[in-house]
Parts: sequence; structure tokens; C-alpha cells
Amino acid sequence: MKIGIVVFPGSNCDYDCLTAFSRLAGEEGLSAETKYVWHKESAPGTFDAYVLPGGFSYGDYLRCGAIARFSPIMEEVKAHAEAGRPVIGICNGFQILCEAGLLPGALYMNRDLNFICEHVFLRTERDDTIFTSECRKGEVLNIPIAHGEGNYYADDETLERLEGENLVAFRYCTRDGLVRPEVNPNGSRNNIAGIFNKERTILGMMPHPERAAEDSLASSDGRKIILSLLKSLAK
Amino acid sequence: MVESLPKDPLITPELIADHGITPDEYERLKGILKREPTYTELGIFSVMWSEHCSYKNSRKQLKNFPTEGPQVLIKAGEENAGVIDVGDGWAVAFKVESHNHPSAVEPFQGAATGVGGILRDIFTMGARPVINMNSLRFGRPNSGQVQQLVDGVVGGIAHYGNCMGIPTIGGDVYYDETYETNCLVNAFSLGIMKINEIQRGEATGVGNPVFYVGAATGKDGIHGATFASTELTEESEAKRSSVQVGDPFMEKLLLEACLELFQTDHIVGIQDMGAAGLTCSTCETASRGGSGVEIDVALVPQREANMTPYEILLSESQERMLVIVKKGREEAVHKIFEKWDLHAVEIGHVTDDGLMRVKYNGKVVAEIPAREIADDAPLYDPPAAKPKYLKAVSAWKLSELPQPGGDMTGILTKLLSEPTIGSKKDIYRRYDHMVRTGTVVLPGSDAAVFWMREADKYLSLAADCNGRYCYLDPVMGSRIAVAESARNIVCSGGRPLALTDCLNFGNPTKPEIYWQFKACVQGLKEGCEAFNTPVTGGNVSFYNENPEGAIDPTPLVVMVGQIDKKEHITTQWFKKEGDAVCLLDGLQDDQLAGIGGSEYLRRIHDLKAGCPPVMDLKKEKAVQDLLLNAIRSGLIRSAHDVSEGGLAVCAAECCFTAPMELESEAVMLGAKLDFSPAAKRTPRHDALLFGEQQSRILVSLAPENVTALEEMAAAAGVQCDLLGTVGGDELTVTVNGETLVKGGVRELRKAWREAYANSAKTSE
Repeated sequence: MKIGIVVFPGSNCDYDCLTAFSRLAGEEGLSAETKYVWHKESAPGTFDAYVLPGGFSYGDYLRCGAIARFSPIMEEVKAHAEAGRPVIGICNGFQILCEAGLLPGALYMNRDLNFICEHVFLRTERDDTIFTSECRKGEVLNIPIAHGEGNYYADDETLERLEGENLVAFRYCTRDGLVRPEVNPNGSRNNIAGIFNKERTILGMMPHPERAAEDSLASSDGRKIILSLLKSLAK
Repeated sequence: MVESLPKDPLITPELIADHGITPDEYERLKGILKREPTYTELGIFSVMWSEHCSYKNSRKQLKNFPTEGPQVLIKAGEENAGVIDVGDGWAVAFKVESHNHPSAVEPFQGAATGVGGILRDIFTMGARPVINMNSLRFGRPNSGQVQQLVDGVVGGIAHYGNCMGIPTIGGDVYYDETYETNCLVNAFSLGIMKINEIQRGEATGVGNPVFYVGAATGKDGIHGATFASTELTEESEAKRSSVQVGDPFMEKLLLEACLELFQTDHIVGIQDMGAAGLTCSTCETASRGGSGVEIDVALVPQREANMTPYEILLSESQERMLVIVKKGREEAVHKIFEKWDLHAVEIGHVTDDGLMRVKYNGKVVAEIPAREIADDAPLYDPPAAKPKYLKAVSAWKLSELPQPGGDMTGILTKLLSEPTIGSKKDIYRRYDHMVRTGTVVLPGSDAAVFWMREADKYLSLAADCNGRYCYLDPVMGSRIAVAESARNIVCSGGRPLALTDCLNFGNPTKPEIYWQFKACVQGLKEGCEAFNTPVTGGNVSFYNENPEGAIDPTPLVVMVGQIDKKEHITTQWFKKEGDAVCLLDGLQDDQLAGIGGSEYLRRIHDLKAGCPPVMDLKKEKAVQDLLLNAIRSGLIRSAHDVSEGGLAVCAAECCFTAPMELESEAVMLGAKLDFSPAAKRTPRHDALLFGEQQSRILVSLAPENVTALEEMAAAAGVQCDLLGTVGGDELTVTVNGETLVKGGVRELRKAWREAYANSAKTSE
């Protein structure tokens, strides 16, 4: 399998994603090729999955992700997604997916207007997707966030649809999995930390699974998300 | 033939004085040129001979620092940053630099560009920056002005570092009256590279083209270096245009483009344009290369119309580099920068005449011997006089202090509520401290620990300086700065390697300030020798004064160490119920029992007096060696050194600084401690709990290992007292049956965690 880590000018979690995906694939004995894809390059059909990593694409100027969505590579990412093939957007990648219209809603400035970097707990809302098959439904994952604009917003109608169709991937919760306002770090509606598209082939999430993917770090719960995707691609 | 431009102002004594050049210096300048300067040349001399660029008042003293060692690959002063060998072909480049004045005037941009500047110093060496730290000093947070300053400075640092994707993983913060209206913002960065990837800032090879790359030049930051070399006054506000504006996105592109360029062999040298911009980079690369450089500033990309050569040369616009390219490789270099959408413009070439020649549309507007201007700045040895205040403060005796009796939980809580002692999470949660996935110890422990994934090596870093100690005794205070930074590294399981310093002082032309400066250099030197940690570079920041006077001398030290094995990584937090708690004590001979200059004396008794804690470096070294051996032998579960707030604060911090730091979820372990063994040496209870005697480390370990530790300590000549046991949800401290502290860990932690917020609130 081939995984393309898209590099926009200003991406800065590309290295972390490449490291985590390739190391985990190696550990599991999966033959995966993980490669950087410069945003001006185009290689239609080359990759089985795209990762849009975190960072500050185009310096977050204008609005997070607003310029990156016009990058040449996004044409290919859209075509890839429309063909029902997997895309995961993490942090800035999630913002880009929303800006590009591949996921609904938007990421507003954090409630307290500051950048926040810390470990949070996430409740896994469903385990029957290519991104969460290694988790149990309701499982609590400890994964860090690092963002200034992670406050998920969607209008009432969209939110109702997301909830109705069970498209929320993760919610901020307590250690015991309770979804409470006091553990909502950024003001996201319904404590939403990540969502799927209707077909559940696209995942956008603000927390960074690649930063919690090995034992030497404070948590290794992020492995499950990356492994889910790797294993589903290997099938 | 050097020509003046039609609009150049006439060079008058007033104009010369405005440029910060003394009449003697003007004579020296004419001696170098063998004629009168043009206006452009006057500007060039003014920035190159500013304190900030020339170190004219400090260089003679700095020569006292030890700078050599087997680990040193590039020494202090040789290049933009020092470089240290960390083994297996890997090296690290690191440096700390001040951005105090810009931050005081324009906190957000001032601090942001401080980070940007130090980053360029690192990647110009060929290294990829992977760690940022910072050391901040503010006034008391109960004023709106200070709160705004804190918010702006922290916001600026976060803005720049986060966008660059470089984790900010540590540092230190003090809040003290002395920094009111003259805050200190010292930014540190460290980068990694293979030894064979080290780049040089030199211009060699006659005819090689000189490229300008990065952002266009604007009028921002003109005379920034000169601005940094005077005291802040009411008029400083008017010099706001001396503060540069940063664009971290541009810098990120520049970083990636340069690192890509370094993978080729297209270039012979590279230097960032920092203080004094194009001027400094041109003459320094020529000087290092033993060559000359000729540029035409009309070719420089400009943000504004009609900029004069004077402005272009002196601009401190950010995110720019000067690259000396091999002739014939121009196209290949252009291609790399084009990929990153950056300007790369050929503005000149290397010559063999030793001159920095500046043209403007073909006309020569400046022609100065490069080596002379870069390296022959006037050097001063200003008069020094022992400050008068010292006699009074050092005469202070412990007997003058009333002894509080009974339970001291209230005092402990008050000290934990001090913003200098309390949690810094409100600050570091605004910094991305996890990107690059190497932060194996999250912020909050004694030292930052970073895993260099590429090299599979562990670095340990600590920043330290207690300005109050240095005010009360500069030699002792500076020794402590080095000793404490080394101790913090040892507590993390590492061995100290080398250090960079940022010497923050008042106006050096005042004899009492210069005396402080010389004494601090002496203390640092002694510290460096004791721990075999050479100085690899740094920065001097003078003129940190406000209308009330100078700041406390603050010679900040950032120590870099290495942890040899992953298993040695140690943090300060208690790990396990039932573990034994021991105090390792180097037994410093301290007449004031660590009360002099302490937080306890300052905040509980409102006194800034006494001799600071005593630091005999041999005793300190013995304790550090012992602890490192014990850690390597696998005996130690946690180690935390005793510093501000004394043993009681130290013990409390071991209980509640839970690594995960989830507020509602924090894991906390109490402890039951009996200080009686230590009380034999320190009979006063306040001194026992809150004295800041040096060379002490509180460790926890499995009970079955206590005997082994005691034996090792005895062999090393270090006192080891068994003080109690980890466990429960309370911290209790007793002495000979009397309870001195009894508090719920959760409550104590709350006071500590909310220290800044609560002290900021008390303003209303």
C-alpha cells in the first residue's frame, strides 16, 4: 500500500505523520510505503490513502486551511475522496478538509482565544469504521491537542444530521468517558473532536494521534487510529 | 571613488552623536577609512559598533570564560552559534539571545522576532532546530501592564514557535519588582545535524556570487541594534519602528529551503541577517573568509519604494539570509528557492580586496575594510566600583528575623501561590511542546528532556538564574546559576555538556553595574570550570534600566546535557506509594541557613537582604556525581532539587506535578515526612522548611534500595537522610513529633496551579 503525506508550505506535522505511519506499519509487518507529496506535485492514482497533516499551511493567513484548499494537490485529493478512498486530516488537515467542503462545518478560534497544547481524553463513538476498527465503541483514548482554532462549529441542521447519521468520530470526555462541558477544551459543539463524512471514508480530527503513537511518549493510544487505517488498507 | 548621495544629510557632530558614536570612536573610524565617512558609512559603523553587535563593553571580560573541551566542535564567537558533539557523528548547535527592549515596547512582535532571530542563528549553522526554550522575567503580575506584557510576550513566542513546528519545551519565569517596565525575554534554540553538515558563515572564492534570499527589505527595525544599546526611556515608545515585525510562515519556508540547499554542495557559506541586517552579514562573511564582498543594494528586493542605501543596509527586516554560492551553481540554487516561493537574488560577489563595497545603482556609496569593521570595534574596560548597597544587605543577620512558631502550612501555601514558584502551565500550554514527538518528559520537571529521534539520543536542558541572588552577591549568584542548571540536568539523569548564557545587566557605563557584570562573569567562569561545561556562545544585554534604576543582574544560563540511556530518564514526581524519601545534602556552610535572598524572606517578610545561599562548587559537584551514579545504578525513582521555596516547596512539588497535567484527572501522591534528621543541622523551623541552601536533592526510591544509597552517599562524602515515605493524599511534615505541615495535596496543588491567575487577580 502507498500512503501520501501531503506537504503544504507551512505543514509541520508531516515528519511526525511519516514517522508514525511508517514505524507502525513496520511493527505490524505490513508492507506500506509512506511518502511526502509536495502540494504542487500530482500523481493521480498513486496513493491508497492521503494524510493531510497538521501545521500552519500558508501561515494560516486569511483563515486556517482557506488557502491550502486551492493548492494543486487538492484536486487530486478531492477526486481520490470522491472515489471513496480514504483521507485523514489531522488538526490543520481537518481545517483544510472543512474548507475544501469534504467535511461539513468549520473550526473557530478556541473559546479562550489562546492556542492550547495538552493531553485530552477522547471517547470513540463508533468502532465499525476504517479509522477506528482497532478501538472499542466507547473506548477512551488519551491523545494530545495543539491548536488555536479547534472549536468545531456546525449549524443546528448540520449538527443534527451528523448526530442522526452517527458521523461523530470522537468527543472530548473525562478519563471515564463522560462527555462533560468542563472537559471541552475549546468550545466545540457537542464536544466534537473529530467527524466522518457520510461514507466514513474521510476522517477529520483536531487531536494528534501521531503524537501518541509510541511507548516513550506520554501516551500511545493514537496507535489504534493509525493501525486501524493501516490494517484496513492491507485488506 | 566613494560618493555621497544628493539627499545625504551633512555629517555634523550632532549627527555623529545621534548615531551613538563618541568623538574618540569617530577618530578611530576615520583612521580605518583614512578619510571622512559618507552618511551611509556612518550608519554602517554605528550599527557595527553598537554594544549589541560589537560587545565593546563586555568582550574583554568574556574572554575569561572557558570555551574549549573535547565536546566542542565550534567555539564561542567563531560562528553564529556554538556546536557540540553528541556522539556517533551527530552534533547540536544552540544559543540563547535576548530580545528585552523590543519586547518591552512591543511585546508580541518583540518576543516573536526574538524567537525568529535565534532560530536563524541555529539553522544558518546547517542544523534543523528541534527545541525552543525561553527565560522570562516580569514585574509583579498584580498590575494590568505586567499582565498585558506577559500575555503579549507569551503570545508572540507561541505564535512564532508553533507556526515553525518547533516545540517549546522548557524555560523559567520569575515575577519580581526589579523587572517592572524592563522585562527580560531570552530565547533559546537548539538544532541538530550530522557533523559533516555544519555550515560556515564565510565568503570565499573570488567571483562567487552573493545571493540575498528570503523576505523583502522594509524600513522596519532600522537601528534596532542601536536601540537595544541604550536605556529604555519615556521616548522609547517613539522608537517603536525600531521593533521588527515577524512572519513565521516566511521563516518556515526559508528554513526548509535552506535545509534542502544544505543537502547539495552548491554553496560555500551562509549567514542570517539578524541585528544590523545586511551590513553585519556582509562584512562578517567577508571577514571570516579573509576576502571582500561587493554588493549593489539597488538589487535587494524592497518592500517600500525609494529606500535609500542607508535604510536598506540598516534595516532589520526579518526572515532574510545571505548565501555565498559557488559560481556556476546559480541556476540550481534559484530552483530550490523557487520551489519554496522565495526571493533569491544575486546582489553581488566575493572579491579579494578585503573590502565591504556597497554600490547603489553602480555608484559606490560605502567602501570599508571588512575585517576592521567586523572585528576591530573599540573595546572598553569601563571603571568598576563595588555597589554601596552591598554593605547593608550583606550585614543582615538571621537573628533579626522573628521565628514563626507552630504549624506552617499557611506559609507553605502562600509560597506555593507565588507566581515565581507556582505552575507555569498557563504559559506552556500556549506553546506547542509536543510537535516532532521527541518531548519524552512534558514541561514541569526540573529539566526538559528531548529525544533526538534521528540520532536516537536524549538531550536534557535547563535554564536558570536567580537575579536576587546575583544582586546580593554576584559571584555567588552566578555560581548558583551554573550549579543549579547542572543539578537540574543531573536530576533528569543526564550529564552536563556545555552552556550558553545571556547576560542581562543595567548600564555598563555606571561603575556599580560594571562591577556587578565583572563579578558575575567571575562566578560563571568558576561554575563552568567546576562542571567542565564550556560556554559555547550567547549574548550580552546591557542597558536594562528604567527610570527607577537597573534590573537585578541576571546572567541567565541554559545548560545542555545528555542522558546516555533511556532508562536513566528521571523526573521530579513521586512514583509509587510506599517508596522511601531521602534528602541528599552537600552540607554547604551557610550561616543564614539559606534564608538570605530567599522567596520566603522576600515574600513573607518583605525583605530583600542577606547573603544569598552559599555555593561551594566542590560540595555541589559531589552531590551531583552521587545522584548521577545512583540513577545509573537504577536506585532512584524520582529526583527534585531544592531551590526557590526550600525543602517544603520541593516536597510539595514532588507530590503534585502530575505528568499528564489534566486538571480534573491529576494523579497525586502525598508523603509523610519527618525532617528531624535535617533539623539537627538547621534548628530554626522556618529555615528548615523554606531555606534555600544549595546542593540538596530530594529523591524517592524503593525502600529496599535505601541502604545502597546510604552507602554510596557515605563513600561520596554526601549526607543522606531518610525523611519518610510516599503515600496518602496529604503532605505532612513533622520535626521531633511536632507537626509543621499538614495539608491535602489537592488543596496545595490548587494554590500552586492557580498561582499566576490569583496573583493577577489581586490588582482590582
